[in-house]
Amino acid sequence: MESRDANALSNGDRSTAARDNGIEVEGLVREFKKGPRAVDGIDLSVSRGEIYGFLGPNGAGKSTTVHMLTTLLPPTAGTARVGGHDIIREGAAVRDVIGVALQEAALDLLLTGREHMRLQGGLHGLSPTEIKRRGDALLERVGLAEAADRRVGGYSGGMKRRLDLALALVHEPSILFLDEPTTGLDVQSRAAMWDEVARLSNEQGVTVFLTTQYLEEADSLADRVGIIDLGRIVAEGTPEALKAEIGRPSVEAAPADPGDGERLAAVLERFGERTPAAPDQVAVRLSDGTQELAGVVRALDAEGLRIGNLELHAPSLDDVFLTKTGRRLEGAGEEEETGEHVLEPVPA
Amino acid sequence: MSSATVTTPLPRQALYLAWRSVLRTARQPIIIVPPLVFPLFLLAINASGLDAATSIPGFPADSYVAFALAFPFIQGSIFATNTAGTNIAEDIGTGFFNRLSLTPMRGSSLLVGQLTGVLLIGTLQAVAFLGIGLAAGVEIESGVAGALVLFVLSLAICAAFGTIGLFAGLRTGSGEAVQGLFPLMFILLFLSSAALPRDLIAQDWFQTVATINPVSYLIEGLRSLIITGWDGEALALAFGVALAIFAAGLAGSTAALRERLVRT
Amino acid sequence: MSRRSRYLAVVRTVAWRNLHSAVRSPALLLPALIFPLFFYMAFAGGLSAVGDLPGFDYYDYNAFQFVFVLLQSAAFGGVFIGFSIAADFDSGFTRRLFLAAGDRSAVIAGFGVAAVIRAAFVWVLVFAIALATGMEVAGDGVELSGLLGLALIINVAFFLFAAGMMSRMRTLQAAPAMQLPVFLILMTAPVYVPRDLLGGWIGTISEFNPMTAIIEAGRGLMAGDPFHVALAFAAAAALATVLFLFARTGLRRAEAAG
Repeated sequence: MESRDANALSNGDRSTAARDNGIEVEGLVREFKKGPRAVDGIDLSVSRGEIYGFLGPNGAGKSTTVHMLTTLLPPTAGTARVGGHDIIREGAAVRDVIGVALQEAALDLLLTGREHMRLQGGLHGLSPTEIKRRGDALLERVGLAEAADRRVGGYSGGMKRRLDLALALVHEPSILFLDEPTTGLDVQSRAAMWDEVARLSNEQGVTVFLTTQYLEEADSLADRVGIIDLGRIVAEGTPEALKAEIGRPSVEAAPADPGDGERLAAVLERFGERTPAAPDQVAVRLSDGTQELAGVVRALDAEGLRIGNLELHAPSLDDVFLTKTGRRLEGAGEEEETGEHVLEPVPA
Repeated sequence: MSSATVTTPLPRQALYLAWRSVLRTARQPIIIVPPLVFPLFLLAINASGLDAATSIPGFPADSYVAFALAFPFIQGSIFATNTAGTNIAEDIGTGFFNRLSLTPMRGSSLLVGQLTGVLLIGTLQAVAFLGIGLAAGVEIESGVAGALVLFVLSLAICAAFGTIGLFAGLRTGSGEAVQGLFPLMFILLFLSSAALPRDLIAQDWFQTVATINPVSYLIEGLRSLIITGWDGEALALAFGVALAIFAAGLAGSTAALRERLVRT
Repeated sequence: MSRRSRYLAVVRTVAWRNLHSAVRSPALLLPALIFPLFFYMAFAGGLSAVGDLPGFDYYDYNAFQFVFVLLQSAAFGGVFIGFSIAADFDSGFTRRLFLAAGDRSAVIAGFGVAAVIRAAFVWVLVFAIALATGMEVAGDGVELSGLLGLALIINVAFFLFAAGMMSRMRTLQAAPAMQLPVFLILMTAPVYVPRDLLGGWIGTISEFNPMTAIIEAGRGLMAGDPFHVALAFAAAAALATVLFLFARTGLRRAEAAG
């Protein structure tokens, strides 16, 4: 699938989406009191069974979007259908088909994991037998079978996230919303979470809408990625297509002698335009791709420049973000006053 | 992939939330013990310290313990306000409220569930206070039936104050704000006919305040069952005031919950 | 700067900070202000008929309760400052204060000065309102000064208790542990009626409660009929001395803990 500019779905595309897609969003807006728009008119569609990565820095509007699509927050304008149901007029039906794990695990520290299952399943209308069957299976699935009868107050952060995921699945939803599910987790827990999400999509056909601020997470997990900044989608497509759009790899080098920085820059700039680099390093985006690397090495050798470090970087989603917004995604995480975490509704 | 199309009946939802409320209450001794111990302690101090007050002409009881036994029931209910309010505020603060919002849970079932925990504490209190009172030699003038009515009235008062706590918790979403109510309600308790019967309060302004104060009627209703017998007027007023507070608190809680539960 | 000057400078600075915080956040000051007023109104207003009991010889029930409320507010005023110390321990600010001060006891003394100033403010307000609502004062200037002196010693004594507790606990979570003993010692003294009208277990306990002597002496001074004043001052001073040692050992422990 090629990347395309945000907000450019054709009418034909939308009507198809309306029939097939797990999630369709059109012109979604959310305003808060005393602040700019947290979500400023986004359009997106997510096919059934797809993993959609919603990538952006803190304050970009990711969580606000999730809150609207999961019916926790009414939009100020625009429409959206989740699982074929309108999020404003058919909120209860939407909640029936979605499972949600929000940014905070939101668990009752005084209840055990199993008791959480019982409560969640019971409120979703499952019979006690069904709750036990599904609950035990899910707890086993997420590796919490042994800890199931311990109070959640004694769980680690990773365990809480896993329980949160299991709870979101107890009523077998067809669409799963995960709001930064691996933030704060260690490497192993993060990998385990990724495996589980991929399995849900691949084996059970669950549609996953995943927000994240981690490039690697979006890159490796998502079938398609939407990059959001300041409330608007700035790019959308498969990770490969987005990176291919940027196109060109970059080379980054550090001179063995720190005084040779200017000479190094002069050589490298023959092969492409300068890009931001780490301190004491020089980076350029190669005009003709990776085949220029040999030429770079020969040029450096010809100048007698000794190199301490030389790296070739393929384009990353961060490069995509940089191209679209002029800023790096990492480090763009200042809390904007978009009201992302302020859920004070604007009067209708 | 199935989607849950069954809408859980309201009583069943309320049952699950009540079950949770009871579990949470049982697992937090800190919210059970103070509402039991502190009122009893204050009763012991006041009963001993003010025993001489029974010599005031027209004092309606021979024993100040019997006169003051109604006091801990009300004081315990104030703790119930605190418990109900801080529990719901904690749910809002931790995001657990959002978790519940994402289920087919109806708002009314949440209120019923939360009040169940309050009533559990109220039951323990009523049993403890009655038991201690009887052990201290208090005779319930209205007999066994009166003791049952006393029990029911105390639970009604507990539920009434519980709704006030729920309103505060839902409105503010802050446990601290709910805690801030506690001193105010304590003041309301003391500016009543808790310490002396209204007709024996010598200061006019205090008597006026006590007469306006709805807590006076709650205390007098409970007290009438202990030291008088069957006083229809006092009981009617007590139940009426409890019901009025409950209705107002419930209306406020429902409105606050509607605002809080902004889901579409 | 001499050692004495530095000590006083630290005391002044810590006291100023606490008072400044109280002014900027009235919520910190309000409980200490409202509760004495409320108790005075509830006890003097609601229980005034008790003053007509046979055997109740005191000249004015309002004044009878005012003395209790004054000493109660002195005790709790000292304890409330302990919350400020606890909050500073919780936030780590105490460590900063200890590092800056040459003599760490100056930090505690600064809190103590703030306690006295805040208590004095409350006493003036309660006294004014009591007078305005009809309380009669039978004591003269010297006797009232004696009452004030008693209140000051109680304020300092219970501040030292709170300082000693907070130096050991070092967290605001322990606040109830501070308040309960104070509540117990106050409420097992003659609160509502004089000692000879007290019966039961309270009557027994009040015979041995040091606060009984202090409250009775205070009421005597208020009535212009001094009663066991020397004993009361001795009891108050003894209490303050014991609690001073308690606070000092607590400070050593806090210093050792870092």
